[in-house]
Amino acid sequence: MPAPQCASCHAARAALRRPRSGQALCGACFCTAFEAEVLHTVLAGRLLPPGAVVAVGASGGKDSTVLAHVLRELAPRLGVSLRLVAVDEGIGGYRDAALAAVRRQAARWDLPLTVVAYADLFGGWTMDAVARSTAGSGRSRACCTFCGVLRRRALEEGARLVGATHIVTGHNADDMAETVLMNFLRGDAGRLARGGGLGSRGEGGALPRCRPLQLASQKEVVLYAHFRRLDYFSEECVYAPEAFRGHARHLLKLLEAARPSAALDLVHSAERLALAPAARPPPPGACSRCGALASRALCQACALLDGLQRGRPRLAIGKGRGGRDEEGSSGPPPPPPSDPGSAPGPAAGGCGAACKERCE
Amino acid sequence: MCQVGEDYGDPAPEGPPPPPRPGLRSRELKCVKCKEGVPVVVIRAGDAFCRDCFRAFYVHKFRAVLGKNRLIFPGEKGLSRDSAKRLRFVPGVIYVDEGAACGQSPEDRAKTVAEMKLVLQTLGFPWHIVALEEVFGLSPSVLRCSAREPVGAVGTYKVAVDSFLQQQHTLGTERAGGSPSPTQGEERLSPPGTQESQDPAGPPPAAQTEALSRLFGSVKTLTAKEEFLHTLRTHLILHVARTHGYSKVMTGDSCTRLAIKLMTSLALGRGAFLAWDTGFSDERHGDVVVVRPMRDHTLKEVAFYNRLFAVPSVFTPAIDTKAPEKASVHRLMEGFLLRLQAQFPSTVSTVYRTSEKLVKAPRDGCAAGPRCLLCMCTLDVDAAGLCGGGGAPASGRRGPGPSGSSGFLCLQTVPRLSGPRPPVSPRRSPPPRGLGLEHPRRWAAPRTAARGPGPAGGKARPVLSPRPAPRSCAGRRVALPGPGRGGQVQLCSRREDSRARVIEQLCYGCRANMKDVVSGSRPRVVTGEVHPRGSVPHGPSPTAVLSVAALLGPPATLHLGRGPAPQPKVPASHTAGGAPFVCVCVLWGGGEGPSGPLHLAAGSQRVASPRASQEIQEYLVENGAEETHTAES
Repeated sequence: MPAPQCASCHAARAALRRPRSGQALCGACFCTAFEAEVLHTVLAGRLLPPGAVVAVGASGGKDSTVLAHVLRELAPRLGVSLRLVAVDEGIGGYRDAALAAVRRQAARWDLPLTVVAYADLFGGWTMDAVARSTAGSGRSRACCTFCGVLRRRALEEGARLVGATHIVTGHNADDMAETVLMNFLRGDAGRLARGGGLGSRGEGGALPRCRPLQLASQKEVVLYAHFRRLDYFSEECVYAPEAFRGHARHLLKLLEAARPSAALDLVHSAERLALAPAARPPPPGACSRCGALASRALCQACALLDGLQRGRPRLAIGKGRGGRDEEGSSGPPPPPPSDPGSAPGPAAGGCGAACKERCE
Repeated sequence: MCQVGEDYGDPAPEGPPPPPRPGLRSRELKCVKCKEGVPVVVIRAGDAFCRDCFRAFYVHKFRAVLGKNRLIFPGEKGLSRDSAKRLRFVPGVIYVDEGAACGQSPEDRAKTVAEMKLVLQTLGFPWHIVALEEVFGLSPSVLRCSAREPVGAVGTYKVAVDSFLQQQHTLGTERAGGSPSPTQGEERLSPPGTQESQDPAGPPPAAQTEALSRLFGSVKTLTAKEEFLHTLRTHLILHVARTHGYSKVMTGDSCTRLAIKLMTSLALGRGAFLAWDTGFSDERHGDVVVVRPMRDHTLKEVAFYNRLFAVPSVFTPAIDTKAPEKASVHRLMEGFLLRLQAQFPSTVSTVYRTSEKLVKAPRDGCAAGPRCLLCMCTLDVDAAGLCGGGGAPASGRRGPGPSGSSGFLCLQTVPRLSGPRPPVSPRRSPPPRGLGLEHPRRWAAPRTAARGPGPAGGKARPVLSPRPAPRSCAGRRVALPGPGRGGQVQLCSRREDSRARVIEQLCYGCRANMKDVVSGSRPRVVTGEVHPRGSVPHGPSPTAVLSVAALLGPPATLHLGRGPAPQPKVPASHTAGGAPFVCVCVLWGGGEGPSGPLHLAAGSQRVASPRASQEIQEYLVENGAEETHTAES
């Protein structure tokens, strides 16, 4: 059966059927539509005001590559200037290749690139070192916890370094949908209340963050990269088992097969959830050590680093484990039960997204 | 964070795993409650109950839920699917025969109904058996959503209980000599009036059955079918409840079912309505409240209760019987949760507990607006179709601005209007001018954002107010050259129009379902018309009336509406081809005063600035894709 005609230009053969509308489009029309939608997301949500200096979290993966490309196309119209910020977690054999991809992109698109390294920011702790340190605990998944929290901090530092006023990350609709499914399956009302929206406004001194691709499904992101012939790095992190997210991801794939717009429907749902006021986390305070946004006395990054320095890496992880008392002995308010000590800040899809390797 | 998530969410088994069965037998465990009975069922890990204790536990749970929520006043009538013992309200039982939707043969249906009747007769409650076909006969007056009853406060509840007890006491003393105390399971309160049991008046007309199965045949996916069936069933039950004076409808959803339903609703985009869909009580219909008193029982408890106490049951195929698991979101979610539950025994209760933290109020800043025509929930898409109305500029903690996101989604979700393709491709005849005015509309789904306030009181009534200008598609196409074509074009655009108008009065989830309803270019369209509140200047009841009409087979036309009977807007030429109107459902009316819930404060919910739309249009025009997003293209 020949492909139908493109519903937009009526000239070329359609190359895909869009999940959200079922529209059959050719590659060129799809790319234009995709860009227009990102533009719309940014404009309608007033995510990036004209004149903003935008730090694009670049990992070399598909999402950040597409994000950087689209924003570069739209930059003149939006009146923003772009800086690529990449984080070097110090994962041997994985990050080097990804960073090479980022460097190629930066050179091709003529965008300034800054690389910040865990080793420099966090007193010599690379992810490999963290992994060695946590290996004894028997749960290697802990790596993602450290990496997500620290990367978030590193990106913030990198953005400040380049004088950015806004941070954008490449989370797509599927990421958000997985996160909301996960949060329901584990009953995380606090994070459900916090999630939704397209980003955080940047309260408490943190830079505003947003996710312009949040309404684009993963399939469309990949196809956009395909049609624009973007060069990206697609290997999974060596430390990424992602057990629980795996369940949610598998479910999401099945749901998408039954109803193509499932990911978008889930994002819509997540935005419209009405949580009881009691379930909402209290407004965050500031970390007593670094001043970053924190829901406890120490922000999660400082708490994790603290644990690493003292040789007790599992200190800040988990709920109700030993260690919280030591850490909180300076008299912080006990954390709310719904908040299992997540990444600081009310935004960015909570920790669920932060743990993702691609949380640039 | 995975770590954190794991620790937090990975449901750890509660307590030690149950001892293996041989051990259980050998150690001669006793019931954990009475310490003497022989345990017959292990409810939670480690808790083995004997038969009697299980029964007490089960019944107590039921009572506790009712007592805790204090919603059902003594002496009230409730329409229930369960038998309940010694209740202080008057239950009736309803069975909806959905055979037509599930493809059962008339013989099978008759057999099922007969079996059902047998079961119901032994219950001793008034009962009602209705066929789903009766939705065709629903009249708006009984379906109208009447003014909301105030939910009983604690004080009133106590007063009601006291007076009820007093009354019972008097009754009891009067009867003291004559009647023995009622046997278990029999209602002391006899329902007022005659026995209301309702025999189905024979099988429903074959034409209606055919219409119904055609209707379901025109729904493409099982997901949408299930949702559609649920909608129709709900409306029918409410109808029966209203006509017989029941104030509550009870459903037997267990905790497990509700967890599944919660996740399903979530995946269908109904996030805003989760508390209505799965909470203890559902007041969205106003005068009749849907109650879920079994929500603390797990599926296992229900199953064992039914088995241990030989609760009679009738097996009927459902709409998803024999469907593969991948066929619908419902089935997928059910399978997923039950499998996860087997692995992590606290999955269901975790999801269920989360559902209790949801509230019915829409997210801050979103006032009670218009309701969805199908599910009667407050619309979760914004008037302009562009912005998240729920996003609410007021909510400070939510990201940068009210997030044009959802609106954007909804724009994408508006189904393509079915109907023949315009004879001339729009690209070859671009609209000569007027870009500025028309373009926002394209982005904003069929409803134009640029339209000024409606005539009535400055309220913009995008759908309903007289249009200041013809819709762009119609206007443009009519202007096309070509004699003899104009008429057809006009017709098609009118039909698109009415469908679009129905769709824009649906919530996000229902819109997504409607996308699955129609089959491509065939004129088998679910369409409808919307009569504005207030379009009848001093009508008897300024109620918006919808008739979602399906162009199906037989001319079983009926109209739902008050005031002037709505004229079918489908032109004669379309119905002449053997496809007249059948109205399927339903009316929508608010009870919130003459101004009605349909009003949309002009501009207050707009988020996408004109600048946004303008710029996007420029972008599209520059890139030669200005037609990409028109819903009509």
